[in-house]
Amino acid sequence: MIEKLDVITMAEYKAKGESPEILFWVGCAGSFDDRAKKITKAIVKILNHANVKFAVLGTEESCTGDPAKRAGNEFLFQMQAMNNITILNGYEVRKIVTGCPHCLNTLKNEYPSLGGNYEVIHHTELLQDLLNTGRIKIEGGSFKGKKITFHDPCYLGRANDVYEAPRSVMINLEAELMEMKRSRENGLCCGAGGAQMFKEAEKGNKEIYVERSEEALALNPDVIAVGCPFCNTMMTDGVKHFNKEDSVKVLDVAELIAQAKDL
Amino acid sequence: MISSIIFIVLLLGGGILFTINARKVRRNILLGKEINRKDNFPQRIKLMTLVSLGQRKMFERPIPAILHLFLYVAFVITQIELIEIICDGSLGSHRMFRPALGGFYTFMVSFIEILSVLAFIGTIAFLSRRNLLKVPRLVKNELNGWPKLDANLILLSEITLICFIFMMNGADEVLYSMHQSHALDLNDGSLGLAISSHLGPFLFGGMSEHSLHIIERVGWWGHIGMVLWFLNYLPYSKHFHILLAFPNVFYSNLNPKGKFTNMESVTNEVKAIFDPSFVPPVADPNIPMRFGAKEVTDLTWKQLLDSYTCTECGRCTSSCPANITGKLLSPRKIMMSTRDRLEEVGKNMDANKGIFKDDGKSLLGDYISAEELWACTSCNACVQECPVNIDPLSIIIDMRRFIVMEQSAAPSELNGMFTNIENNGAPWQFGQADRLNWKNE
Ligand code: SF4
Ligand code: SF4
Ligand code: SF4
Repeated sequence: MIEKLDVITMAEYKAKGESPEILFWVGCAGSFDDRAKKITKAIVKILNHANVKFAVLGTEESCTGDPAKRAGNEFLFQMQAMNNITILNGYEVRKIVTGCPHCLNTLKNEYPSLGGNYEVIHHTELLQDLLNTGRIKIEGGSFKGKKITFHDPCYLGRANDVYEAPRSVMINLEAELMEMKRSRENGLCCGAGGAQMFKEAEKGNKEIYVERSEEALALNPDVIAVGCPFCNTMMTDGVKHFNKEDSVKVLDVAELIAQAKDL
Repeated sequence: MISSIIFIVLLLGGGILFTINARKVRRNILLGKEINRKDNFPQRIKLMTLVSLGQRKMFERPIPAILHLFLYVAFVITQIELIEIICDGSLGSHRMFRPALGGFYTFMVSFIEILSVLAFIGTIAFLSRRNLLKVPRLVKNELNGWPKLDANLILLSEITLICFIFMMNGADEVLYSMHQSHALDLNDGSLGLAISSHLGPFLFGGMSEHSLHIIERVGWWGHIGMVLWFLNYLPYSKHFHILLAFPNVFYSNLNPKGKFTNMESVTNEVKAIFDPSFVPPVADPNIPMRFGAKEVTDLTWKQLLDSYTCTECGRCTSSCPANITGKLLSPRKIMMSTRDRLEEVGKNMDANKGIFKDDGKSLLGDYISAEELWACTSCNACVQECPVNIDPLSIIIDMRRFIVMEQSAAPSELNGMFTNIENNGAPWQFGQADRLNWKNE
């Protein structure tokens, strides 16, 4: 069954002579990775439900250049950045929400000195705002009483000091939120950052995602909540590594909200 | 008289030697490239007060923080006593502040004594953590050899120093009660020092006046001798952090941790591609043009200052996901290697009239390997953890930049990723035209 999603591109808005409240930057993972596409759809469902007038760039979107930059390819990063800035400025974009902390960090921190100045927020920050302003309401729902632990993405947490937004959103689920020993500022990376996602790990005695999911699983959670498509991949692999995929779900905060509301 | 002259010569000698060595360190640090860290003065002062003076980040781990606090406060407060020692030493007086300051003097010196006892306990605990308990982050491979010896030497000299203080004060207490101290006798029977008035009689009670004078003098000269030795040992040691922690935190990166620098040299090239009329600023022909860092001189002065400030505590390494899972990378080692190489470059310059003579070595390759650099997830845990705001990640990224942009030697999977982004705007082989397909799937 094809779900009905209301997704309008920036170009379509422009053709109508209108402009949206916010641009949803989907990101490469959110556009192409099968698992991450589900997160993208969850975000869109929530935006639709809350009647947020948003747009996507669609085929005009291109990688922010984050993995290139972290891998040391500054030239490629700046080429990507300049291309994206030309398009974003062409549409006079002011506010962006991203589904990926890596995109968030790059757009928010690294684009301004290249000419791209936008207000950039993570989708959990937008969710927090929608809840605070009453544009979406949740009372418990399917996660009521469930045990949930949140894995801080380093590019949201340490990199940009956003720790509260995802937590304050999840409070509405009336679930039991548990913290891992290494959380917030002391959170352990899932192993995907710094372009590691795109290569084999160096020689060692353990995979980082195994170390991290072991820590999460020790709490016996029903759900490991994440806020980044790459963390999602890593934690999902980790849960599989321990053969726990039947009892423990790895879900993005947006998916938790969408599922709790049965969207 | 003679002793005053010896004292002044020692003091001046120690001071001059320290100045010479400190200036060498300063020169080495200034071999780094320019970076502006002079903005936001009030914020920087605040940060320095909190992090350096207030040791805020240390308290993330309470046990070592409290032990360290004992040593730190004792170190700072003892400097007050040093003023008297310097006056006494130069003028041939003895406890010259006591008659004038009276009760306050007794309070100050007693306070120092109590702190010294706490510092003694702290030092013993630190020695055991390193040598008996073998706390993992304090016994890692990169500490073998000199770094381990360095750490133990510092702790042992700390103990020696404290022993000298109590020899000096303890013997003087006994002498004073015998009315034989060189301090002005106020006929109050005791100097009233909190610890030594008890410890002195316990250790030295019943000894002859002659022996007591010898013990007192050995303690006194030993104390100042240790202080001067310490001062001159600093530039060779991780212990330099007691001075450099302050400027290092002051010049911290104030941006969000996720924000990496945008290389200006690259921006100029990219701008020229996008806008043919763009005229890039004229580069200084004296500065060799190189993308990224191969050598310490390609790093900024702040990164070099970081390397001299590193206390080798290993908080960074113990929170590094790569290191925890057995990879070669250790952010502490990145800092130690940077300092080692910088020292080597400095010595090379000293030996060649201030001009560096190519020694066929470089930071990348001879000190830091590509394998270490590629294991980093850029998670910023090391930056977050460092109690003196050192940024090992920035060095790692600068060196990756050299490997990728100058050597074209990235791991092949990453080259594949670059090609994908270049050709289809995503790190995987999906076409940009398919970017919105998820909408209808
Ligand atoms: S920055 Fe990361 S998630 Fe964002 S578009 Fe690029 S690869 Fe995709
Ligand atoms: S940023 Fe790199 S070096 Fe620092 S803790 Fe993370 S993985 Fe380790
Ligand atoms: S970089 Fe900082 S945390 Fe790491 S060893 Fe040095 S002082 Fe300690």
